[in-house]
Amino acid sequence: MAAYRITPTFHRVLHVVKHASLRPTCWLISRHACYSTVYDPGEKTFDKILIANRGEIACRVIKTCKKMGIRTVAVHSDVDSSAVHVKMADEAVCVGPAPTSKSYLNMDAIMDAIRNTGAQAVHPGYGFLSENKEFARRLAAEGVTFIGPDTHAIQAMGDKIESKLIAKAAKVNTIPGFDGVVKNAEEAVKIAQEIGYPVMIKASAGGGGKGMRIAWNDEETREGFRFSSQEAASSFGDDRLLIEKYIDNPRHIEIQVLADKHGNALWLNERECSIQRRNQKVVEEAPSTFLDPATRRAMGEQAVSLAKAVKYSSAGTVEFLVDSKKNFYFLEMNTRLQVEHPITECITGLDLVQQMIRIAKGYELKQKQEDIPINGWAIESRVYAEYEEPVNLAGVRVDSGIQEGSDISIYYDPMISKLVSYGATRAEALKKMEDALDNYVIRGVTHNIPLLREIIVHPRFISGEISTNFLPEVYPDGFKGHLLTASEQRELLAAASALYVATQLRSQRFLGQQRVSNTIQERKSWELCVEVEEGAHMLCVTRSGTNYTVEIDGEKVNVSGEWNLASALLPLTINGNHRVLQCLSRNAAGEITLQYLGTSFKVRVLSKLAASLNKHMPEKVPEDSSSILRSPMPGTVVAVSVKAGDTVAEGQEICVIEAMKMQNSMTAAKTAKVKSVHCKAGETVGEGDLLVELE
Amino acid sequence: MAAYTLIRSGGGILNGLKCSLKTFSHVPQSCAALSGCKLLQNTQWRSSGQLSVQERIESKRRAALQGGGEQRIQAQHKRGKLTARERIALLLDPDSFVEYDMFVEHRCADFGMQADHNKYPGDSVVTGQGRINGRLVYVFSQDFTVFGGSLSGAHAQKICKVMDQAMMVGAPVIGLNDSGGARIQEGVESLAGYADIFLRNVLASGVVPQISLIMGPCAGGAVYSPALTDFTFMVKDTSYLFITGPDVVKSVTNEDVTQEELGGAKTHTAVSGVAHKAFENDVDALLNLREFFNFLPLSNKDSAPVTECHDPSDRLVPGLDTLVPFESTKAYDMLDIIHGIADEREFFEIMPNYAKNIVVGFARMNGRTIGIVGNQPKVASGCLDINSSVKGARFVRFCDAFNIPIITFVDVPGFLPGTAQEYGGIIRHGAKLLFAFAEATVPKITIITRKAYGGAYDVMSSKHLRGDVNYAWPSAEVAVMGAKGAVQIIFRGKENQAEAEAEYVEKFANPFPAAVRGFVDDIIQPSTTRMRICRDLEVLASKKQSNPWKKHANIPL
Repeated sequence: MAAYRITPTFHRVLHVVKHASLRPTCWLISRHACYSTVYDPGEKTFDKILIANRGEIACRVIKTCKKMGIRTVAVHSDVDSSAVHVKMADEAVCVGPAPTSKSYLNMDAIMDAIRNTGAQAVHPGYGFLSENKEFARRLAAEGVTFIGPDTHAIQAMGDKIESKLIAKAAKVNTIPGFDGVVKNAEEAVKIAQEIGYPVMIKASAGGGGKGMRIAWNDEETREGFRFSSQEAASSFGDDRLLIEKYIDNPRHIEIQVLADKHGNALWLNERECSIQRRNQKVVEEAPSTFLDPATRRAMGEQAVSLAKAVKYSSAGTVEFLVDSKKNFYFLEMNTRLQVEHPITECITGLDLVQQMIRIAKGYELKQKQEDIPINGWAIESRVYAEYEEPVNLAGVRVDSGIQEGSDISIYYDPMISKLVSYGATRAEALKKMEDALDNYVIRGVTHNIPLLREIIVHPRFISGEISTNFLPEVYPDGFKGHLLTASEQRELLAAASALYVATQLRSQRFLGQQRVSNTIQERKSWELCVEVEEGAHMLCVTRSGTNYTVEIDGEKVNVSGEWNLASALLPLTINGNHRVLQCLSRNAAGEITLQYLGTSFKVRVLSKLAASLNKHMPEKVPEDSSSILRSPMPGTVVAVSVKAGDTVAEGQEICVIEAMKMQNSMTAAKTAKVKSVHCKAGETVGEGDLLVELE
Repeated sequence: MAAYTLIRSGGGILNGLKCSLKTFSHVPQSCAALSGCKLLQNTQWRSSGQLSVQERIESKRRAALQGGGEQRIQAQHKRGKLTARERIALLLDPDSFVEYDMFVEHRCADFGMQADHNKYPGDSVVTGQGRINGRLVYVFSQDFTVFGGSLSGAHAQKICKVMDQAMMVGAPVIGLNDSGGARIQEGVESLAGYADIFLRNVLASGVVPQISLIMGPCAGGAVYSPALTDFTFMVKDTSYLFITGPDVVKSVTNEDVTQEELGGAKTHTAVSGVAHKAFENDVDALLNLREFFNFLPLSNKDSAPVTECHDPSDRLVPGLDTLVPFESTKAYDMLDIIHGIADEREFFEIMPNYAKNIVVGFARMNGRTIGIVGNQPKVASGCLDINSSVKGARFVRFCDAFNIPIITFVDVPGFLPGTAQEYGGIIRHGAKLLFAFAEATVPKITIITRKAYGGAYDVMSSKHLRGDVNYAWPSAEVAVMGAKGAVQIIFRGKENQAEAEAEYVEKFANPFPAAVRGFVDDIIQPSTTRMRICRDLEVLASKKQSNPWKKHANIPL
């Protein structure tokens, strides 16, 4: 089903079909994530907390507050007035219009909200004001508790250079490098030898990969120095170069720390976050397959010593790069709750939000380092830009701020939810994640479940052989969906044709009608033609009860299932394998869209007769779309580069649309004169809206 | 000729038949062979004298199956069109077609028409009855390969025969139109044939559903038969409907216009409103028609069909709770509500491209067919104008005639103002919708989702027009007009307009004024709408209501 558009600014989450029970809501699901934490009602913290955030993290914080008996205040922008976090909170205050600078980043309005509601503390979540020292300062000035570290730590860790110096001083491994400007090639070689190969030579003024060279020996260093300085000079007008250690195939592994105001600090083990797409984390897991106990302890202890060095209190994360030889180097410290914190909660049993609140109130940590376990394995998938449907499976937690009917606004992060699976072993956690992704029903927007599922089942990921280069290496041309093997294609064809027959049979079942012919006996076999991926296959379906046998090219495939045609999920047993497919759409003309192995496939099923007649049907010539430019998605027009009467060349930029925090350049499909411009900068546009017409 | 050879093969007629049934690609022939076979079975006698009769029967059947001959069939395929028999085979359940009048021939003796090579058994139309998903339907399919599908006296007579029988037994009639027009050689006889069909269309109207699928040209007087039927569907690019073709238009009005512009599917589904829906091609159209047929009762004596349904009737639709925007000027899509409440999100929309400010179509609730009428806030704020009133009225009357309950979703700011509308007669056209809703005696359930302003509130299946169950969502505003306009009239020239406006909003921009008077039966949570409607439909299934005796009402045409 197509993504329906309501107003130019939203994708509306269209459709929810419940899997197991009829009326679960998102927040019921986190019951599956059992915290070993005790919520001691005698331990008094705050009466009322304001959550200065939105979406899933706001919901997640509210859940813990409820368990702790704390009243909650949500803030929201006007477009979020019916968002889930607003409904969940005890009170809600509108802090401004949709753009984040006017609402969620609007400190004046948030301070007003705090005063008016009498909140004693503020939880900032992640993003927005979570690492803003000015905000922390203003709260302190009014005697409101900021649930996070104090301003000193935020400031110290917020500065890249300062944090590296502090880390060095605290004896934390940092990436070896030369902090001055390299004068000539020979000096470069000398420095490189000191650091140890491989090294990276990069422009001091650089960015975007320009003026950057990797050298593995002296010769390459000389050459790299020459090229890099030329490139740096021509690109940035500044030929100064730096040299630092190049981390080959790095992994991104981070340590969760927890520190109180009494000088106690703990490390809560690591999170492996190497699977990234454009520097955005996609799949995370805890623990990492890569670390041995010694490395883990070394990293943990360094993280804790860094936390102590800045007198850190609250939950924080120390990020490291780890090379193939298990050398690790400090990257940065995040002074907030991380998106991926649930996996740490799964394996340690701690409720990090509860700990943050306790620490903020001044309580001491109850745990000692030796109390921190690694129980089982947890994996998190970030589900982006879609809708979310609670998956009601044991061992699966969904953190989300979106329900059926929620609007995914272009103004905010398009992350829909965090799907966290937890099992005694990694294999179990992976299997649960696979099931969860198959059972995740999302309608109304396009989403990244095909990619997530593909990563989870990829042999390299399963073996743990990953680095931050995983995605570019595995999908050099970008991810295009699952590629079907011959036997998978047979399964798909069999499922589609059995579904078709089940649908056909049901449309003959009228209730209470006297005038339906009872002389026609139900057919036992069907000859069908199924088209998938531009190939047509003749097959024969025979049925007995709810079991179908599909004969494709001499091979028999057995398909059985309940055939609930109203459900979005289609749990089937295909040749003995349990598979959960989703029927995304089907129509009278035999067109069926099935989500199979994470990816959606368009299939057309016709009777043999219809297929033989279909060949007479004329080919429809699609209308010439090269002369009209339509918005591919709802978004905001950032810039319009042409006006009516201009001549544009093929590939020339016509306008820029920003959506889901991404800027998309819209280019001319041919060389032509601009006939008319239908948009202007700053306007919001909907999917399919006419932007520019060419002659 | 597979069928022929099979039948001839040494007495094994039945065996031959079985073989031919297995050979799917010969289905059109095997259908005919089936009816032929039944006839032969009943005629046990065989003597040498009759052998020639037997051969003649077979030769006639063979000729009938061939229509206008192999060459013309190829030409038809080249145009992207199927033959009359292929269409029937695809439309009906396999092997269910029973053909009538295969031996009928035209009776024209002028212009050389009496010559043997100008006689085609069955003439230019294939008629009979069959089943769609097991339910009876009468069908005629005009054969363009025979004299361009032109209508002779015999052709009309064949159509009339199936229509008469359809009315007698109470089963729908589907016409597959593909005809160049009148058989000019037959003169007035052809015209008489048209009139005979028109009369039956009129008499059958409201007795059995009549559906026309235009699959080729349909011009001149011929267009009035589809126009009289309940639904007219078209095939994109290959079908045309017009009173006079482009040549005549050019000579009379000097307008240059192509066939497609004048009477193509796009014109009639988006501009004129003559056709109710268009499909991509013949195959697509026929498969969709099968689906559509499942929504319809067989006759006015049958109740709306109920199919097996897997969608729980008490399913909540949480998405509806946040659908209506807070700002009353902001649009939303009525189709989201309709898809949300309907079984399996299935909605067969009628006239999706015409008068888009009103949405009409068929869906199922707990398996039972219902008709849905809804204002579409996305288009022209969902106001009522001439076209939307007429579109809605005709749909409501069809539902009422065939026992299909009507669910109405109201979000209407009023009737569209302006000279164009007034000069066009919005008063009498708007009255049609009012008339249709008032007259309807089928179960009527109304949900006010947001605005129900002015006379349009009354019109949209209000309590006052015998609405059985009327609900309001919390976002409903039932009032004479919006706050701004109202305040300008009540407090004309006074200061403090803003204050007055706020007071008006407080008093009227909510469902209470209507609810305290009992004009709505309940204010419901939007997410429970499906559940409530399903429950009400069950209660109202036994509703009995009748209008005063009359010859017929006088709807303002």
